Amino acid sequence: MISFLNANATIIIYLVKIALLLFIVLTVNAYLTWFERKVVAHMQSRWGPHRVGPHGLLQPLADGAKFLLKEDPTPAGVDKFTYFLAPLMALALALTSIAIIPFGPEPLHIRGRDITLGIADLNIGILALFAITALSVYGVALAGWSSNSKYPLLGGLRSSAQMVSYELALTMSVVGVLLLAGSFNLRDIINAQAHHPERGILGWNVWPQILGFFCFFVAAVAETNRVPFDLPEAESELVAGFHTEYASFKFAMFFIAEYTSMITVSCLCTIMFFGGWLSPFPASWTFTHYLPSVILLPFGLWVIWDGIRYETIFGKIILPGVGAAITAMGAVLIAFPAVNEFIQGPFWLLGKIFVFLFVYVWMRGTLPRFRYDQLMSFGWKLLLPVSIANVVITAFAILMWGAR
Amino acid sequence: MTPQLAIFFVLAALAVLGALNLIIQRHPIHSALSLIVVMIALAGLYLLMGSEFVAAVQIIVYGGAIMVLFVFVIMLLNAGVEERTNVSKLAGVAGIPLAVALLGFLAAAIARSNESAQAGVESGTLANTKEISTMLFKDFVYPFELTSFLILVAIVGAIVLAQREKS
Repeated sequence: MISFLNANATIIIYLVKIALLLFIVLTVNAYLTWFERKVVAHMQSRWGPHRVGPHGLLQPLADGAKFLLKEDPTPAGVDKFTYFLAPLMALALALTSIAIIPFGPEPLHIRGRDITLGIADLNIGILALFAITALSVYGVALAGWSSNSKYPLLGGLRSSAQMVSYELALTMSVVGVLLLAGSFNLRDIINAQAHHPERGILGWNVWPQILGFFCFFVAAVAETNRVPFDLPEAESELVAGFHTEYASFKFAMFFIAEYTSMITVSCLCTIMFFGGWLSPFPASWTFTHYLPSVILLPFGLWVIWDGIRYETIFGKIILPGVGAAITAMGAVLIAFPAVNEFIQGPFWLLGKIFVFLFVYVWMRGTLPRFRYDQLMSFGWKLLLPVSIANVVITAFAILMWGAR
Repeated sequence: MTPQLAIFFVLAALAVLGALNLIIQRHPIHSALSLIVVMIALAGLYLLMGSEFVAAVQIIVYGGAIMVLFVFVIMLLNAGVEERTNVSKLAGVAGIPLAVALLGFLAAAIARSNESAQAGVESGTLANTKEISTMLFKDFVYPFELTSFLILVAIVGAIVLAQREKS
């Protein structure tokens, strides 16, 4: 048994990493729905989910059970093969793209083996991501077409036109970053931003590439079919757009795919424009390494305090437990400096990703939907020229003053 | 049999089956989907030869942009199931023998070439991103720019043709 494990260690480590990442991503997805409902609710002076579990924290579980147990009728006249293929494709492609994201600078040393954080470290990282994004149009378009129904067809048509238009701007907008880094590899792109460790936040790509960042973020939101670009599923016009005829778990698959691509886009924004796992502070400010503990300790204590005065018995038990775990994590970080050093990269990366996810939800709570012709003229007449201009300006600047 | 060769055969079989399915399927969308399978299998073959850039571009351009346009147009026109007709006389007399002859020529050319089939199945032997860009933007810059200009002309022409008459 042990010899078998040793002989196939590489494959086993990969399988474990994939399973772990899938578990984490799906859990984060579930709680992202909770987070979104809660934040949008508070923006609209409501409470949001608060019945299932303390603060509605078990709502995602209830939703998941509901999706699994609901009846899943197949409408008459659908194109069977494509109808079943579409949600599978959407989910599989969305989950695949997460595999390319690196989650931390240092590999984990376990029993003499280096385990990198992240699954695939590709030379063509960003191109591979774009290839996957390019294919993910089919999930939506085919779902719309195969349902044999008017509203889904309109949704599918809209989404394929929208995604093809915005993909151009999406691809052009990162060329500036690629020129600065001189590589497609995501790790190289982050390391290129760490060239002057003392500059901290000022060394990030977002400053020289502010135009590129603007184009990238807008185009990426459009690619994920989120507000204000959610025309493929505009509920006030098209019922539910491309997934009108889908029920139960097939519907959930589209939902998970959408939230997963939100996470991927947040990761990409962070990595390409906001320095990935780099700290915003200059490298010599070592006292900022205690920031994770400074955030975790009060947060854990607050959760304990909140749990004790919670009205239900269940909340009184669960919340202090979770709070104690968070406080313990903060204490461990102070007690073991090696762990603290290791956690710095992932801490900043995840923190920035969380900020972008919040921006996503914030936009949903704030912005109205585009009209269709506005969407098209915005994409073709503003985003694409601006991103091309950004490429020209960046190339010229690099020619004049060098990449750094 | 090396793993590379096994992967090659799987991808090659996928490409050939996809191409056959493209012809056999009677619905345009299914044909388009088969063509996407062919494109992705080809991208896999490029990856096997170590040219990651070409593989990614193959998927982005062909699998993503061009095939999405195909699917979009098929959906927009709401093209129905095509009807089967009997093989036309011309196809029986000229088409099938010509196809067989073409296959024979190609097979003979491949069999006679000096490079063994496995020579390409090695990582890193084909052009990487840097070499491709040097070739495009240095050695062949004039043909490349000329092609871009041609495409631009075609786009402008398409827009002129598609424009509604102003009344």
